[in-house]
Amino acid sequence: MAELSQDSGSHKKGGKKRSKKVSTRIDLTPMVDLGFLLITFFMLATSLIKPQTMEIAMPSNKNVTEQNQTVAKASQAVTLILGKNDKIFYYFGKTEGAQVIETDYSGKGLRKMLLEKNYEIAKQAEGLKKEKLKTHMDEDVYQKKLTEIKAGKNAPVVRIMATDEANYKNLVDALDEMNICSISRYAIVDLDEPDKLLIKDKNI
Amino acid sequence: MPKVKVARKSTLVDMTAMCDVAFLLLTFFMLTSNFTKKEPVLVSTPASVSEIKIPETNIMTILVDKDGRVFFGIDGQDKRQELIKQMAEAYKINLTKEEIRNYSLLDLVGNRMEVMKSYLNLQAEVRDRPENNNGIPSDSTNNQLKDWVKSARGINPELRIAIKADEKTPYPVIKKVMKSLQELDENRYNLITRLDAGPAKD
Repeated sequence: MAELSQDSGSHKKGGKKRSKKVSTRIDLTPMVDLGFLLITFFMLATSLIKPQTMEIAMPSNKNVTEQNQTVAKASQAVTLILGKNDKIFYYFGKTEGAQVIETDYSGKGLRKMLLEKNYEIAKQAEGLKKEKLKTHMDEDVYQKKLTEIKAGKNAPVVRIMATDEANYKNLVDALDEMNICSISRYAIVDLDEPDKLLIKDKNI
Repeated sequence: MPKVKVARKSTLVDMTAMCDVAFLLLTFFMLTSNFTKKEPVLVSTPASVSEIKIPETNIMTILVDKDGRVFFGIDGQDKRQELIKQMAEAYKINLTKEEIRNYSLLDLVGNRMEVMKSYLNLQAEVRDRPENNNGIPSDSTNNQLKDWVKSARGINPELRIAIKADEKTPYPVIKKVMKSLQELDENRYNLITRLDAGPAKD
């Protein structure tokens, strides 16, 4: 045993047993290496950002009869048709004899149209937002007030229809515009027959 | 001219401070982060201005890639074991303990129930290959996605549905998924998006 023989060596002098002063400093370099290695691993293996989400509620298809279906006023109705190649078409009111207008997803296209249509409510929502920033309003109160504003009488009703050539991004963009323009009454609906004809007609 | 003698200084630096910093950072990363889920396909989600964050637990994820393949997964290994047992029973497939355990280790699975057994027996490296992931059928004739969602809901009623789809996913696929959910009376769900810069001012 190496240690034992060393011990016996120190006893030779027979004097007082004096412990040798050993420096308490330890070389920390390997420890630092290890630390950074672990940091690197955690940085690569994890995600810090939580993904955002958009909450949507679809209408239930139970208990929907002709009677309790809400019928929107034609003057408030806006129909969006999401077409191929990131094009979007819209018309106001009824399908029959509607003027279909082409636009895009930019701020000057769809959003401008929706904001014009939803002018009053968008203005109120904007005002509320400013008030919230000024007075540090409670989030819950803010949301409640916002919902109240959004449910206003003249709020437009937007039907979002997507053709088979549209993609998911188009849908999310359209839904996003609803959020931006403070429109709460919207629905994703299937293309119905008159609209299909319209699409065929206009070659959308 | 006499040589200028440079005093030799020890090159050893005190590493304690550095070590402190390293471990402080390490602690920060360990506490704040959650591990990235392994996804069988790469999906780039569309941007939106929505700022709602998705919770980490009690989530069932429906992943749709740009080719329209559908993947499904829930969180929690014990819940997953329960889920695969129920699904195997419903489709009359006998799975061994090992296969059930294999399933519980997977975050997202996109395959028909008919090939599930052979899929779970594959090596982990082979499993991610595209030819081994054909997506869960969600057609009206053979809607296995519906069964998955229904079983998952039965196991954990608090599950929230998150749909994560690629930007370029064609709309008909999304429509099929939404239809399936609607038929199950699952009318509230989350669409996962990434943060946009916000509405452009013009």
